[in-house]
Amino acid sequence: MTPLAFDFAPWRLSGQVIGVLFNHRPALAALGDAVHQAPYKAPPKAPVLYLKPRNTQVGDGATVIAPSGAAAVEVGAALGLVIGRPTCRVPADQALACVAGLVIVADLSLPHDSFYRPSVRLKARDGFCPIGPRVWPMPAAKAVDALAVTVQIDGRRVHETSTGDRFRSAAQLVADVSAFMTLSPGDVLMLGVSAGAPQVAAGHEVTITIEGLGELRFRLQAEVIV
Amino acid sequence: MKTARVAFAGAIHSATPHAQGLQLADGRVLTEDQVVWLPPLTEPGTIIALGLNYADHAKELAKELSSKASDEPLVFLKGPGSLIGHRGLTRRPTDATFMHYECELAVVIGRRTRRVQAADALAHVAGYTVCNDYAVRDYLENWYRPNLRVKNRDGGTVLGPWLVSADEVPDPQALSLRTLVNGQRVQQGHTSDMLHGVAALIEYLSDFMTLQPGDVILTGTPEGTVNCQAGDQIVCEIDGIGQLLNTLY
Repeated sequence: MTPLAFDFAPWRLSGQVIGVLFNHRPALAALGDAVHQAPYKAPPKAPVLYLKPRNTQVGDGATVIAPSGAAAVEVGAALGLVIGRPTCRVPADQALACVAGLVIVADLSLPHDSFYRPSVRLKARDGFCPIGPRVWPMPAAKAVDALAVTVQIDGRRVHETSTGDRFRSAAQLVADVSAFMTLSPGDVLMLGVSAGAPQVAAGHEVTITIEGLGELRFRLQAEVIV
Repeated sequence: MKTARVAFAGAIHSATPHAQGLQLADGRVLTEDQVVWLPPLTEPGTIIALGLNYADHAKELAKELSSKASDEPLVFLKGPGSLIGHRGLTRRPTDATFMHYECELAVVIGRRTRRVQAADALAHVAGYTVCNDYAVRDYLENWYRPNLRVKNRDGGTVLGPWLVSADEVPDPQALSLRTLVNGQRVQQGHTSDMLHGVAALIEYLSDFMTLQPGDVILTGTPEGTVNCQAGDQIVCEIDGIGQLLNTLY
């Protein structure tokens, strides 16, 4: 695995990468009436978060192993907000001042249909969170919630979306998360994956592009059982 | 060997138990309340927590949650910002109606662990400590249970006081644990009642995630979780591992 190297001042990633479930309005809408049925019984109220632990984090150009038996890996293209200062209980109108930069995150999962209590085995596998190619300084605040996002498989464009149409904008998300857990410099908070995240089989190269942030590439390789 | 990390007189020290409390590496002997106790890990890594790993607690929470040993372990992850040491203060949200402690055996990984079998797994453990893994049930939603707002609050994961090296704990499934609130026993259990024991958990996790030194596995809690109030003193204890005090504010 390619180690991560974000040694350029002033940001050094902390190893905390935090995801948020169904922040994209169309992604939740795609579940239809199921959000009101058991086991969910109601749409999410507070941000529903999950962590991509350090064993998942790899850099640009990594080869990611898809487990044997998995037909495909779901590629969630996410904007990562890189926290620049201790962020605790900040109001939304001050939240973006706590974000130092932006980075592309590939939030990989084994596809699953239940979001009640899915196994971490589906999301926390070794290599399942490529990040890169580098952290870019924060652009004008308004632009964060309207960046074009594309996913290509072997150079063919398969998914086009944006960082917009979120239940919580970047500022609101930082504010709501910081209400119960302090974010620290170098933490990466993902803005959430869009509806229709592509599923990619082993043997293909994936490129995620976010407007102004370059390209993050990685390759999915089938597991070889020895 | 039992070791702690404490802050005293402007520096962070390693300490060991002493009849009067604790002894710093430089020889100074202090009482428990003279120092600030930190979580007993220099650099905590991934914090892995188990839900419903004792059958009695699973039954206590709800019928729909009943689990058995043949089920896949219910695992969630926590961040280092939730950690707090022995004798610390944990905030009880003013709007909470049900906030409870969870006394848990915490396992600290000692070496890189990838696809290890249960029979060999305990050799990968550096040591054990006590955890009080608070939950605020008011915030439970039915998405990615148990969500971080319930389980990953600042200061909501109390760890310590001692890291007890694995050689002093020949069988992690032979330990009694209990919780006392203001001196009254409210929770009692035994690690032999875990659905998934320490070795089995290490085998399960290391199949898909490489464990590294400093990673922590919180192995779940037995039945007996009751609501606590600001001002309550909560002691979680595990025989041979330690007594962990926390006060809610």
